[in-house]
Amino acid sequence: MAKPTIIVIGAGVAGLTCALELAERGLGVEVVERGHTLGEGSCSWMAGGMLAPWCERATTEPQVAEWGAPSIAWWAERFPETVRQGSLVVTQSRDLPDLTRFAERTERFDWLDADGIAALEPDLSGRFRRALFFPDEAHLDPRRALAALAQRLHDPGVAIRFGVELAPQDARADVVVDCRGLAARDALPDLRGVRGEMVVVRSPDVSLQRPVRMLHPRLPLYIVPRGNGLFMIGATMIESERRGPVSVRSAVELLNAAYALHPAFGEAEIVELGADLRPAFPDNLPDVRRSGPVLHANGLFRHGFLLAPALARRTADAVLSMLQPETNHADLPQRRRA
Amino acid sequence: MFYGVDLSSRLLLGTARYPSPAVLERAIKASGAEVVTVSLRREGGSAQGGAGRAGQSFWQFIQSLGLRVLPNTAGCHSVKEAVTTAHMARELFDTPWIKLEVIGDADTLQPDVFGLVEAARILAQDGFEVFPYTTEDLVVADRLVEAGCRVLMPWGAPIGSARGLNNVYGLKSLRAHFPDIPLVVDAGLGVPSHAAAAMELGYDAVLLNTAVAEAGDPVEMARAFALAVEAGRAAHRAQPLEPRDMAQPSTPVIGKAVLGGI
Repeated sequence: MAKPTIIVIGAGVAGLTCALELAERGLGVEVVERGHTLGEGSCSWMAGGMLAPWCERATTEPQVAEWGAPSIAWWAERFPETVRQGSLVVTQSRDLPDLTRFAERTERFDWLDADGIAALEPDLSGRFRRALFFPDEAHLDPRRALAALAQRLHDPGVAIRFGVELAPQDARADVVVDCRGLAARDALPDLRGVRGEMVVVRSPDVSLQRPVRMLHPRLPLYIVPRGNGLFMIGATMIESERRGPVSVRSAVELLNAAYALHPAFGEAEIVELGADLRPAFPDNLPDVRRSGPVLHANGLFRHGFLLAPALARRTADAVLSMLQPETNHADLPQRRRA
Repeated sequence: MFYGVDLSSRLLLGTARYPSPAVLERAIKASGAEVVTVSLRREGGSAQGGAGRAGQSFWQFIQSLGLRVLPNTAGCHSVKEAVTTAHMARELFDTPWIKLEVIGDADTLQPDVFGLVEAARILAQDGFEVFPYTTEDLVVADRLVEAGCRVLMPWGAPIGSARGLNNVYGLKSLRAHFPDIPLVVDAGLGVPSHAAAAMELGYDAVLLNTAVAEAGDPVEMARAFALAVEAGRAAHRAQPLEPRDMAQPSTPVIGKAVLGGI
């Protein structure tokens, strides 16, 4: 009997991690992507690439940390450029109560004083009195990480066919894994888009080793070093499904955060302004849902790179139980509620 | 209670900054709120044209909850901006109600009371039922009522500050001067006891958002606020004591039985 075929639709972070997880389990996989190049039309392209389960824990459901923590090792193993230098959370002195509260709501961090901050990030020396350091967290460059996944799929012969728009019901395969993100709302009516905006700047004058989050009562923002003097500043969260360019208000807020972190960012060049919609379910947690031969893996929200490996694992488990019904009658893995 | 609409819950809830729409929905249920505020600002760019309005999942979600929506001009810094936003809100939510915010100071988010009165007059003349977010200033409140407001919403403290009732005296005297205008403490509440205190002063309702949305457990906090509002209202109706300087024993001491031979 021929090897069962699985078609993954979508080559964003969800599709590529699912495809890789399936390939690693010895299954025959093919990926189709409606964009013509890697990242085109995918919100993964705009991602921050922070692998920060414990920072996220402060403002999200506990599942985000639980499912996200193992993804640091997952990425480090498959994408060696993953930087495991932790992350830093700072705030301006008038918002220090916010930092205390952030700390109370999470774990796996150390309090740093001014000297501790200077030792980790010399360029921030003297700028902040206190900070939280999450030593176990990591970050990566999402675009390079996607390319690395595509390469890892290519090596064992998994094809990614670009420029192919395929509806799940039209795919001829034993199992179809639908990773179309927001485009899958025809099948997932409770999926919504949450707008996010980001800026990439180049500053030769500032050097950071790790992502820095700035707590702010209105708009918590982060700055992720991308190497070669590039920094990604993100990201707004707006309950809107408007696509289209970054608004002036958002750009001002994002750039202000960089300037507040270090005035040298005032002289930085703006390299890119980007906006897209994150696919989210009502509880802002990812889910795998089955309808017939189709598995919908979706809802990564703002945790694409952090939660994609967990989503891929659950998807692959579900695919296996569909292909081997005689040995495994288990239902789809149910999400545990807090 | 508000512009001819009677409500049984005296807690109004904002819908921003919750961990997820699912948590928001559970928190609203736990709070028993019948009115939720929604801020058009959050919608960003779709404020600029009709195109973005279709498929606004979040608005559809809010409307699907079957509550009365009080749209909010949050984040507006000028009369013109606030009036434009109010018109959009009326069209989008099909309600004459508008929570009018005209922000005067970016740091404290303190209302620009001059712009507020001007915008309230324009909107009231245009048929809006205005819920102005104001300070506890008596004269400003007078001007707002003159402008056509039939509800006043003085702040407890700056938005999101969780400080509670900064000026109890001012809020009390506002209540005394406007016995017949519904008064809502809006903004600045941090914990349920703040809400209870506002209700004990005889306020008709409280409006809050951050205190619930950013609590560790928003659903449980929503329930706590609902209990506090109910307790505060009941206490007000039950005519509480006035503080006094001297102790007043609750049981008579004269003639008390002496036990033992000590």
